[in-house]
Amino acid sequence: MENKIIEIQNLQKNYRVGTEIVSALRGVNLTINAGEFVAIMGASGSGKSTLLNILGCLDKPTAGDYWLDGKNVNVLKKDQLADIRNTKIGFVFQSYNLLPRTTALENVELPLLYNPKISIKMRREKAEHALEAVGLADRMKHLSNQMSGGQQQRVAIARSLVNDPVIVLADEATGNLDTKTSYEIMALFQELNDKGITIGFVTHEPDIAAFTNRNIVFRDGRLIKDIQMNKITNVVDALDQLKDEDTLLDEFVNVCVA
Amino acid sequence: MKILTLLKIAMVAIKRNKTRSVLTMLGIIIGVASVIAMLAIGEGSNASIKSQIATMGTNLINVMPASKNRGGVQQGREMSQTLVVADVDFLRENSELISAVSPEVGGSGQVIFGSNNWPTQIFGGNEDYTYIKKYDVANGRIFSSQDIKSARKVCLLGQTVVDNVFGEDIDPIGQTIRFEKIPFTVIGILKEKGENTFGQDQDDIILAPYTTVMKRITRQTHLRAIVMSASSEDLIDEASSQIEAVMRLSHKLKDSEDNDFEIRTQAELISTFGSISEMMLVLLGSIAAISLVVGGIGIMNIMYVSVTERTREIGLRLAVGGKGKDILMQFLLEAILLSTIGGLVGVAIGIFTSNTVENIMAWPVLITPDSILLSFLFCTFIGVFFGWYPARKAAALDPIDALRHE
Ligand SMILES: Nc1ncnc2c1ncn2[C@@H]1O[C@H](COP(=O)(O)OP(=O)(O)OP(=O)(O)O)[C@@H](O)[C@H]1O
Ligand SMILES: [Mg+2]
Repeated sequence: MENKIIEIQNLQKNYRVGTEIVSALRGVNLTINAGEFVAIMGASGSGKSTLLNILGCLDKPTAGDYWLDGKNVNVLKKDQLADIRNTKIGFVFQSYNLLPRTTALENVELPLLYNPKISIKMRREKAEHALEAVGLADRMKHLSNQMSGGQQQRVAIARSLVNDPVIVLADEATGNLDTKTSYEIMALFQELNDKGITIGFVTHEPDIAAFTNRNIVFRDGRLIKDIQMNKITNVVDALDQLKDEDTLLDEFVNVCVA
Repeated sequence: MKILTLLKIAMVAIKRNKTRSVLTMLGIIIGVASVIAMLAIGEGSNASIKSQIATMGTNLINVMPASKNRGGVQQGREMSQTLVVADVDFLRENSELISAVSPEVGGSGQVIFGSNNWPTQIFGGNEDYTYIKKYDVANGRIFSSQDIKSARKVCLLGQTVVDNVFGEDIDPIGQTIRFEKIPFTVIGILKEKGENTFGQDQDDIILAPYTTVMKRITRQTHLRAIVMSASSEDLIDEASSQIEAVMRLSHKLKDSEDNDFEIRTQAELISTFGSISEMMLVLLGSIAAISLVVGGIGIMNIMYVSVTERTREIGLRLAVGGKGKDILMQFLLEAILLSTIGGLVGVAIGIFTSNTVENIMAWPVLITPDSILLSFLFCTFIGVFFGWYPARKAAALDPIDALRHE
């Protein structure tokens, strides 16, 4: 039996801009099962972020139903939604959204501070664990604003994982990064997915989407395509290929200098 | 959420935003400190003026000779010789609203003891003179009615005179000094009174029986003044009108004639000086109030701007599962911590500044608990309120709106 993590029916979202009403989502039906790695694609303005924000309980739909992990989210109050965000969802932003002048460790601990079930000792352990999982074991005490973009995004991913969420949602998590760093981040996501974590991932780039096992495409607030990928690109291979290109580039530079 | 965790979050946030925290506290510190210092200076001078006036005797009434209009020629006060010893006796017998009365005569001259000399003033009065003028005897005795009757050459010295004509190891009592060549035996030393409101040294005097001074020094039969104590401070006004009537009777003035004397009460002085110092207090108080308002606006601005600036942080905290009330509480605690720390530092600096002013400029200061409480509560309240108010708005936002905030 498939375990439904996310189920939405006829989801709609309207924004009011002055006197005009902008329909960002026009009736979306979608089910995401446990263990899936879904890439959400589509042109700019097609409603990807809007959907992801609603899935992440950061925003509320205008109409439609949303069940998260079997729970109807629409009926929940503000504080209950906060608990959902805290314990069930990990959100990764395009612009990292780390606290400045704060260490990686403290940034990752942040969601745990709002979870009363977690003791100080557990908080520290879990945060260290999460940072190890994203390959930043040696950067725990570094300040967030003294890290590279890729490292900052890893911290943000560690933060999204630290509460053991049922789903990690990432909005253009690689949007600010170069190809190689993007691939490294994707490798991380693939690794997490292999461990069984469900992931929803918004991206513009087909090569990034190729690393996932399901692509859904939006146009004008509607879901127009839903493809199961049977041939998933392995990021590690892609990275190797990039290295080859790197050596080519190096050779090119050497030739030019000579 | 546990208050301790929130407190920790708040303290970390304060440390992380050092500049902002310091600026916020600075507003509060300056507000509180300036109000305390300003009011301390105002209250201090007010109190010192009042206490100085009190050293001159609060129920003191003076009768001075007035310039007399004789055949259209105005005479100066020094020239007028309208007060005589008989007036003193007449007042004593006929005015029950005064508890003591004494003639006052005097002159200035050189006092000599051994090889030392010093310019000073001699005052002559009767045995009630020290009581009326609020002089206490530190050592020895005052002159007796016998001394006065026989015009004995005895005197009491103010501390300034003692310091200037006697060496350290001589006991002045029993010694003979010379004032304008007249030998006086020292029978007592007056307790120090310090300067009066006008900056005159009240200890630079010699007191002697008025009879002696009139006979030996001034060689005149008229008095410089008549000094009296009203039987109580509340009766000063009644007493002075009674004195006026008795004096007119004593001088046999017709209804058509003006007074040939003038009555002055200490109460008038007190009220004049009192109102001047009240005015100064009001002035300093207004400056303090203005600095409080300016400081308050500064605190308001920084608190408001910093919360607005941190709306994205609020969004993030909401996004990772913080509840509106957790975030509000965090900001409230931050504001309380900053405001009370700032307020306490302000109180310390205010007290320190007041004491420095007192020590370096030798101004009298008086720090009242009211001023500390008022400024501390005002600034802390402003700080807490304007830390809380914008945070309340931000924490009520949907997380996505707070995150999108520019
Ligand atoms: N806060 C808002 N107020 C008004 N309109 C909005 C708001 N957020 C999004 N929209 C509108 O909703 C539509 C969908 O926006 P959304 O951000 O979901 O697009 P997107 O697919 O994420 O685009 P991109 O790839 O550029 O990030 C757009 O037409 C946008 O103008
Ligand atoms: Mg988007």
